[in-house]
Amino acid sequence: MGISPTTHAESVDFVMLYIVAISVVLLLGITATMVYFVFKYNRKKGHAPVDIHGNLLLEVIWIVIPTLLVLSMFYFGYTSFRETREIPDNPFVVKVTARMWQFSFEYPNGKKTDTLYVPLSTGIDLEMRSMDVNHAFYIPAFRIKEDIIYGKTNHLYFTPKEVGDYDVACAEYCGLSHSAMYTKVKVIHDNEFTTWYGSNWQPQNK
Amino acid sequence: MANDVAVKSFYQESTNKYSGILSWLLTKDHKRIGLMYMIAILAFFVVGVIIGLLMRLELIAPGRTIMDAQTYNTLFTLHGVIMIFLFIIPGLPAIFGNFFLPIQIGARDVAFPRLNLLSWYIYIIGAILVLVSLFLPGGPIDTGWTFYIPYSVRSTTNVSMALFAAFVLGFSSILTGLNFITTVHRLRAPGMGFFKMPLFVWATYATAWIQILATPVIALTILLVILERTFGVGIFDPALGGDPILFQHMFWIYSHPAVYIMILPAMGVVSEIIPTFSRRTIFGYKAIAMSSLAIAFVGYLVWAHHMFSSGMSDTARWIFSLLTFIVALPSGVKIFNWVATMYKGSIDPQTPFLWVMNFIFLFSIGGLTGLVLGSLATDIHLTDTYFVVAHFHYVMFGGTGTIFFAALHYWFPKMFGKMYNKKFANIAVVAYFIGFNMLYFPKFIMGYMGMPRRYYDYLPQFTIYQEISTIGSWILSGTIFFIIGYLIHALKYGKKATSNPWGGVTLEWHIPSPPPLENFETIPIVTHEPYDFSQLKEMKDE
Repeated sequence: MGISPTTHAESVDFVMLYIVAISVVLLLGITATMVYFVFKYNRKKGHAPVDIHGNLLLEVIWIVIPTLLVLSMFYFGYTSFRETREIPDNPFVVKVTARMWQFSFEYPNGKKTDTLYVPLSTGIDLEMRSMDVNHAFYIPAFRIKEDIIYGKTNHLYFTPKEVGDYDVACAEYCGLSHSAMYTKVKVIHDNEFTTWYGSNWQPQNK
Repeated sequence: MANDVAVKSFYQESTNKYSGILSWLLTKDHKRIGLMYMIAILAFFVVGVIIGLLMRLELIAPGRTIMDAQTYNTLFTLHGVIMIFLFIIPGLPAIFGNFFLPIQIGARDVAFPRLNLLSWYIYIIGAILVLVSLFLPGGPIDTGWTFYIPYSVRSTTNVSMALFAAFVLGFSSILTGLNFITTVHRLRAPGMGFFKMPLFVWATYATAWIQILATPVIALTILLVILERTFGVGIFDPALGGDPILFQHMFWIYSHPAVYIMILPAMGVVSEIIPTFSRRTIFGYKAIAMSSLAIAFVGYLVWAHHMFSSGMSDTARWIFSLLTFIVALPSGVKIFNWVATMYKGSIDPQTPFLWVMNFIFLFSIGGLTGLVLGSLATDIHLTDTYFVVAHFHYVMFGGTGTIFFAALHYWFPKMFGKMYNKKFANIAVVAYFIGFNMLYFPKFIMGYMGMPRRYYDYLPQFTIYQEISTIGSWILSGTIFFIIGYLIHALKYGKKATSNPWGGVTLEWHIPSPPPLENFETIPIVTHEPYDFSQLKEMKDE
């Protein structure tokens, strides 16, 4: 995976790893037990079957332990999600407009692009609107997405910590050329950004 | 039942005065209606499989391969509509529920045989409407099976017609549910208390409640969309003053419980097959029965987990996330009890049992990856990607689809009085397992890498996974056609099946294969628990 482009991407990967690790243990446990029973209690061996109607203790155990496990998954998933809902201090606000089948961006000084340029380590607030149907703004490398609902304004916040070009995809089906609705977010250094952006932008205190 | 030969089967005797095709089309016999559903549903399943194959072929390489984008968008919509509304929702209840629910509770038929036949006709009318919508000017629907607004109001394809078809199909589902609930309450044989019912009956009963309570919501929603498209009434479309999120809520209030309409009967079948081939009673009968009801109930309260990225309030997001984790628990309880049922059994892993083992593995993957999607942070990343596509194929196809084949292999000798080639059948189980995982597992990886769903084209880094997936689709569909082939062959050339080829003890194994018209000569008096294999000895003496 290399270095994560945002802190949040790291925490999503951790939640993923946590749930998948528990899941793999459960899956292998269930499968191995099942296969073991099929061999051990095979009819060819001639054991007389034993009717066991159930066991209250076991039922309690396999309700309580999974409950604790899923609650922990919920907790990690929720705390990681909270990170994406905290509006960064003094965010750099970019207006995103989605239409069939492209994204366009408008910056505070009125500059317009169809690729998103953002300065490194600055909190970004995307203010997203749609011109026609529903779309979604999805940056796989940052592990974030939010739908862009026609008639509503949805927000997406992130703070990039690695310079680079990252894919942006539309992730809500929007018709004929949905799969061509790609653009990029280019994370660049402050000084480069200042040159690119022109006036009126000060790197924030970091 | 030594003298199977003397009893006329339901194929030889009819409920009406007609013979030939009319004796079927006007039948009131639940078994014949079950078989008529089987023919129709299997036909649509094959259509759905072929559409899936074409989509996979298109995706074998980036860019255009065999079709244009509009065709692809139409095909994934039809694949979803056909597989969900015409195959997987009606599949188990309408075929096996119709055929076996009355027999398993010791009844001669369902409570309302005429209504049952009407439900079949409504299903057929709905299916014909789907087909007609393909050929009318405007072209086949291209909105995805979720019909999200505003796209479904803007699309110039035949959205209203396809929606109306789903509306009609809903009534078939509601009436079947109504029929089963009444049948279970009114027609149980003497001695068969609720806790002596086989678990397939419990599961179908729980499903029936969801069918009658949740389906009207989708009917209403569909009607509102049609009104909006036809008369410009502004309910969902913001351009007319409506709210598109409201549509998503109403859609999923039905369509999430619908997932349990799909899976619960399958879980019921599993609870039949494991005891039969382990020859011991089910472990945790009440836990399994009650978990069906728990799933049916909590399943109503989790719908908005389909909408975590829609801009809902944060409170709604965490509440629905929490509830989603809760609904995973009763499914876990079932799996643990099933595996425990094998403990100290006398296991004969014949074909239906192997299908169930297949199911437990595939469905566990489906369920466990559901936890990844229930968790907010990971869902935000993975929703609307291939990860979701992989997840629900593992649940619906790996779960319900696999059990569809398990049920087919388990009850085939009872339904048709013939036995299939068991060697072929066992080869099919293995080939299915390999093809299935090749087809769907790479989609988990692609999803995590950020491959959105419903994409006609893709970035080059996904090519290798798409190729593996497409090759898997050939193995899987080849296996499915192989299964259908040897089963049809067995209908004509198979060995004659005995009344109880597996050594089952639920009531269907007490009567001849195939069953007589009214199932039982005399209505049985039930004294045993459903999975009491001490009966086997008496049954052989009968």
